[in-house]
Amino acid sequence: MNLQLAVGATALLALVAYALSGGADLGGGIWDLLASGPRKREQRALVEQAIGPIWEANHVWLILVVTVLFTGFPPAFAAISTTLFVPLTVLLVGIVLRGAAFTFRAYDEGGVAVERRWGLIFSMSSVLAPLMLGAIVGALSSGRLRLGPAGEPLGGSMAWLSWFSAATGLLATALFAFLAAVYLTVEARGELLEDFRRRAIAAGVATFLAAATAAGLSWRESPLVFEGLTARAWSLPLHAVTGMAAVGAFWALVTRRFVLARFLAAAQATLIVLGWGASQYPYLLVPDVTLASAAAPPRTLALLLGALGLGALTLIPSLWLLFRVFKRRARVADPHG
Amino acid sequence: MTHLLAARWLFGMSLAFHIVFAAIGVAMPLLMVIAELRWRRTGEPAALELSRRWAKGVAVLFAVGAVSGTVISFELGLLWPRFMAFAGPIIGMPFSLEGFAFFAEAIFLGIFLYGRDRVSPRLHLASGILVAVAGAASAFFVTLANAWMNHPAGFQLLAGQAGEIDPVAAMFPAGWGEQVLHVLISSYAATAFAVAGIHAFHLRRTPGDPFHRTALATVLPVAMAAALLQPISGDLSARRIAVTQPVKLAALEGHFKTQRRAPLRVGGFPDVATGTTPGAIELPAGLSLLAFHDPDAEVRGLEDFPRERWPDPLKVHLAFEVMVALGSGLAALSLTAGVLWWRRRSLPTQPALLRALTWAAPAGFLALEAGWLVTEWGRQPFVVWGVLRTADAVTPVGGLEVPLVTFAVLYVFLALVTATVLRRMIRQTSAAGRSARGWSP
Repeated sequence: MNLQLAVGATALLALVAYALSGGADLGGGIWDLLASGPRKREQRALVEQAIGPIWEANHVWLILVVTVLFTGFPPAFAAISTTLFVPLTVLLVGIVLRGAAFTFRAYDEGGVAVERRWGLIFSMSSVLAPLMLGAIVGALSSGRLRLGPAGEPLGGSMAWLSWFSAATGLLATALFAFLAAVYLTVEARGELLEDFRRRAIAAGVATFLAAATAAGLSWRESPLVFEGLTARAWSLPLHAVTGMAAVGAFWALVTRRFVLARFLAAAQATLIVLGWGASQYPYLLVPDVTLASAAAPPRTLALLLGALGLGALTLIPSLWLLFRVFKRRARVADPHG
Repeated sequence: MTHLLAARWLFGMSLAFHIVFAAIGVAMPLLMVIAELRWRRTGEPAALELSRRWAKGVAVLFAVGAVSGTVISFELGLLWPRFMAFAGPIIGMPFSLEGFAFFAEAIFLGIFLYGRDRVSPRLHLASGILVAVAGAASAFFVTLANAWMNHPAGFQLLAGQAGEIDPVAAMFPAGWGEQVLHVLISSYAATAFAVAGIHAFHLRRTPGDPFHRTALATVLPVAMAAALLQPISGDLSARRIAVTQPVKLAALEGHFKTQRRAPLRVGGFPDVATGTTPGAIELPAGLSLLAFHDPDAEVRGLEDFPRERWPDPLKVHLAFEVMVALGSGLAALSLTAGVLWWRRRSLPTQPALLRALTWAAPAGFLALEAGWLVTEWGRQPFVVWGVLRTADAVTPVGGLEVPLVTFAVLYVFLALVTATVLRRMIRQTSAAGRSARGWSP
């Protein structure tokens, strides 16, 4: 049991890491789409500069989640892939277009019009991907995704789509946009900083509204999440802390403590994902697939954990170096840092 | 189109696309590092420019490879959920390890590409080297998974379920070494010949251009070494397959009848109905020699195996012949270039050689694709040889035509755009190089 839990927790932590890093990169794309005002160009340039060196590394967290899932909980991976075929495929299209268009925009030497076209594809797919990702995560806990005796998806290929999964899709989109805007306040200067400060506050409000909507809908559409939100022993403390992080992030934005705001926004996002994971426990796919029912044999799990540990030993210092090289200057120059 | 065929087309298309960028991701960082080292050793400005320009190309190609690789990791579940449910606990670990290798590749590529002015020269170079090492490690881990599919190990089959799973034994099935070696060398050969072809083409148009000369002088040795080593690795692979996957060997050689002094068939079209390979040139005892290094060795033919375990020998044999022909051609070209180089004691730039190199640019990748088809078609009708049939692994989700068409359009689009972006980059290189250096002959 402990092995299963450890591997499951690792997958959840990798998902948190993806939300905080890759999610924020997608959020950057959203701000590219929503760039406006006199500093439109500067906003886009800052986004590009901020995510350019790191988005590919950040993206690998998602691949890690997938590999841990199919090694540690293979039947769950099969069931999820089958019942969520449509949104996963759309997510893939979004991921491919986002990454390719971002790179082409940076390197295509075909002129301004070409650049603008790539920018549009990049930013549109940066919205599409988190919508799908959020909807997928919401659908996992909705209880609507079930397999028939031959492993076929019951309820058709659109069973994942509901008001609840739509709300979680919006929640992920708003949350990623919020994270990106908050991170960018640390990297921006002058007027540009004000732009992203305003955007961060707006996205924070949108995140709150989407979260409230999803929570309300969960009462009807996702009883397990609702129970996790309200009825478990850890529910109240968790929400208290999440709420404190959210309020604290707002306060820090208003009072221009941007490094603190970044920390609190990241904490808030972390707690939201962990809270979802905790209310979903012990299910991987509600109501038929649990950690225990889908777990690979203990030997595989133990080796996988060992491999993940070894991998982390090389990964963590490398990531530290990457962020030190590309994110250090901004931090040192920040008066509150 | 049947459901199974749609799934195979979609997955095959995704891999055929990704494999090009994966190979480039393995080999291009090595070339980049060699150029960087060359600059540090000689101080030639052309070498520095080369390292920078190649790095820009790598940035584009790596990004396309990263996203197309993501497609593969998801499609494993989307298209073959029963394969993953079966194989995940046995062979999932190399994929997770590959994830970390990919992490390292992405991280240090970010530092190498964007950090030239932000980190010390030593760290910059080290990052490049780590990218090259991590790229090779990715290929290593992924090929291990494929080697297991060809020769499954590390579990016991009990009533259709895998029991007594030993993921470590599964990671290193018989033949893993030969296959990894073959895949790695093919990545270096394919990429290096493609790069050499591009620079040879430009060198013909602007003879003596220092940038393209330096580029060709840097890449050609890698291409030559890989192309000359690959036949040796191919021989190792064939001898291994003769023992571990005799049906595949029989299919790829168009060999139906079990016999001693088995001939090697060059060309020809295996015909399942008659059990012969008409149109082939037969070299007496050639196959026995190649497969067992013994002219009297017995080579098992397809007839030795139940019909329902045969791959399609026509497809496998043709793909194999294409691979061998292209590989031999590249080896011959390398030998010629080597002799010319040695006789001149400097980079050979005879127009005929440059023309041959230009024409050879796509040959390595075509050979690589053909070789991949040999191993995949040659394993059919199984996805895990002898254990799980491809038809039993496919998803029950219908309507695969929609993603098939979507991704077909997407890949064609990406291929065209990538080619356009690279062409524009190379053209800029030529223009910028000439004006910036203002070279006087």
